[in-house]
Amino acid sequence: MNRLLLRTSTIARAFSRSYATAASPHALVFLEHYRGKLDSSSLSALTAASQLGGQVTGLIVGAPEELPIVLEQAMKVKGLDTVLHASSGQYSTPLPELVTPLFEKLLSEHFPSFTHVVSAHSSSAKSILPRVAAKLDLPAISDVTSVQHDLSSSSTTFTRPIYAGNAISTVRASESIPIKFFTVRSTAFPAAPPGEAEAKTESLDPVQVSDPATEHVRTILTKSDRPDLGVASRVVSGGRALKNAETFRATLDPLADALGAAVGASRAAVDAGYADNSLQVGQTGKVVAPELYMAIGISGAIQHLAGMKDSKLIVAINKDPDAPIFQVADVGLVADLFDAVPEMVEKLKQ
Amino acid sequence: MRPSAVRLLNILVPVKRAVDFAVKIRVNPQQTGIDLNVKHSMNPFDEIAVEEAVRLRERLKDAVKSIKVVTIGPPKAAETLRTALAMGADSAIHVEIPEDAPSPEPLAVAKTLRELIARQKEGVDLVIMGKQAIDDDAGQTGQMLAGIMDCAQATFASKVEVDVQGKVANVTREIDGGMEELKCRLPVVITTDLRLNEPRYASLPNIMKAKKKPIEKLTPADLGVDLTPRLETLQVAEPPKRVASVDELLARLKEAGITAKQA
Repeated sequence: MNRLLLRTSTIARAFSRSYATAASPHALVFLEHYRGKLDSSSLSALTAASQLGGQVTGLIVGAPEELPIVLEQAMKVKGLDTVLHASSGQYSTPLPELVTPLFEKLLSEHFPSFTHVVSAHSSSAKSILPRVAAKLDLPAISDVTSVQHDLSSSSTTFTRPIYAGNAISTVRASESIPIKFFTVRSTAFPAAPPGEAEAKTESLDPVQVSDPATEHVRTILTKSDRPDLGVASRVVSGGRALKNAETFRATLDPLADALGAAVGASRAAVDAGYADNSLQVGQTGKVVAPELYMAIGISGAIQHLAGMKDSKLIVAINKDPDAPIFQVADVGLVADLFDAVPEMVEKLKQ
Repeated sequence: MRPSAVRLLNILVPVKRAVDFAVKIRVNPQQTGIDLNVKHSMNPFDEIAVEEAVRLRERLKDAVKSIKVVTIGPPKAAETLRTALAMGADSAIHVEIPEDAPSPEPLAVAKTLRELIARQKEGVDLVIMGKQAIDDDAGQTGQMLAGIMDCAQATFASKVEVDVQGKVANVTREIDGGMEELKCRLPVVITTDLRLNEPRYASLPNIMKAKKKPIEKLTPADLGVDLTPRLETLQVAEPPKRVASVDELLARLKEAGITAKQA
C-alpha cells in the first residue's frame, strides 16, 4: 500500500523526473443507493472526491436484483472514470461487518492503488469507513466541509466542524498517511450532475462472510411523500410550541405543502413525541442547508443551530423576542405562530 | 476479545472528559484551538453509555458480573471516572496522559482499548460507548475498535437488549430515515445515541461510596500504545458570520415568495 505510482501521462513529465514523484490521487467513492436510486449524499461525496484532482472510481454494492438499475445511473454521473460493482445477497443490507472485507481486498489488491476513500457522512457509510480504516491502521476524517489536495506534498487538507459547528477545524493528512479516509458533509458539496462521458464498469467478486457476527433483522423507515429532509431545498421546522403531534401536523403541513417544503423538528419536539426522530434537525440529528429554513416555535438551542445555520435564508417565528434563534435568523417575526402560520398559508395561496 | 467462559456479562464503558455541552466555546486568539479554561464534564453520550450499563445490571441482575469504566486523559479526568463510579460502575481504569498532551485520536483510543481488553482476565462481552464526543464530533472510535477486534458493532443504539444465555445483543439503532434492528453476537461494540436513555444523577450516598471504588492507573507505555496524533490541526477558526443588508433581505424574501405579518 505504500507503493508510489509513477505516472507517465505526458512525455514532458517523464523527462523532468529523476526520482519517484508524488502519485496523482485516485479516489474510491462509496456510492450508496436505495430502491434503485443513487443517494444524493453519495453524489456530494463524489463532488468532493473530484476536487482532489486525479482519478475517481466509484464502488457500488448491492443485491443482484438491484445493481443493474443503479449501475446504469452511476455510469452517467459526472466525475466518475470507472464504476466497480459487487453483487451478493449479503450486500442487500450493507452491514459494516459484511462490506468491510470487500473494501480490505479492494484496497490491498487494486491497481492503480487508491489514495483516498470517500463517502457521505450517512449513518451507514460512517459506520463502515472508520471500521475499514482502522483495520488498515489508518485514521479517518469525519464530516468534512472542504477538501484540498496538494500534489507535491501528497497531503490533503480538510475543514470540518467541531464543537457542534461552533468552530471550524482545518486538518491536514500528510503523505505519511497512504490512504486518506474521509466522510463528507453532503450540504457542503453539490451533488454531481449527469455527465457526458459514460464511465467504464468493472465487476468485482463479492467477499462472502461465513457466519457473520451481526444479522440484520429489519429496517423501519418513516414513509413520507414530502421531500426528504436531508436534501430538500426548503424546510419548515417546528418546535415544542406546537403543543402536540396533531397540532404539529395540522399547523405545519399546510405551510410545508404551500412551499413544497420538507418538514423538520427540533429535538424538544421529537422528544415530546410531536414528530418522528427522523425529522430531527440538529447536532445529533440531521444537518440541513436548504435555500429556505423556517424555524417555527423553535427557541434556537445551540445543538439545533448546528443543524441548520448554513441555510441560505433563515426565517424565524417565535413569540419570545429574546429567543436565541433570532440571532441567526435573517428574517425574524415575533408573533404567535398559531396566528402567523395560517395567515402565511392563506397569503401564499393567493 | 474473549467473551467470558461462564454465562455472565463483563461490560466495559470507555468515557471521555470533554468541554461541558452548555459552555459557549471561544476560539483562542492564536487560532490554534479553543479556550479550554472552561467547565468540563463527562461526554453526554458516554453518560448515556454508563447509564445503559447500570440499567442492564438492574434488568439482568447477577448476570452482569462487572461494569468497568475507562478513560484516557490527564489527571483531572479521574473526576469523570468518579462520576461514573457514582452512577453505578464497579471499578475504573485511568490511562493517564500529561496535562498538556493533545487529545488522543480515535484510532489511538481504539488501540488502547484493545490492549486493555486483551488484559482483562475475565474477558469483555460488551463495550458500550458514546457515538461521538461533543468536542471533536468525530464519531469513529466505536467502529474502529470493532474493526481491529474484528467483532460485531451496533452504532447509534436507541435500544439494547441482551440475551445472556444466547450470547446475543438485540440492538435497535437510529439510521437516516428511520430505525434498524440488529442481532449481534457477543462480544459487541455498541455506541449510544441520544434516545437510548436519560442518565441518572448520582445520589450523595453513591457519590460517597464511589470514593472507595478502585481506580487502576496506567500509562500508554504500560499498554505499549503510541498516542501521537497522525493528523495535524493547522487552524481552528470561528465559523463565517452571516452578512445581509436590509435590501438584500427584502429581495430574498420576495424571491422566496414569503409574506410576513409584523407583530
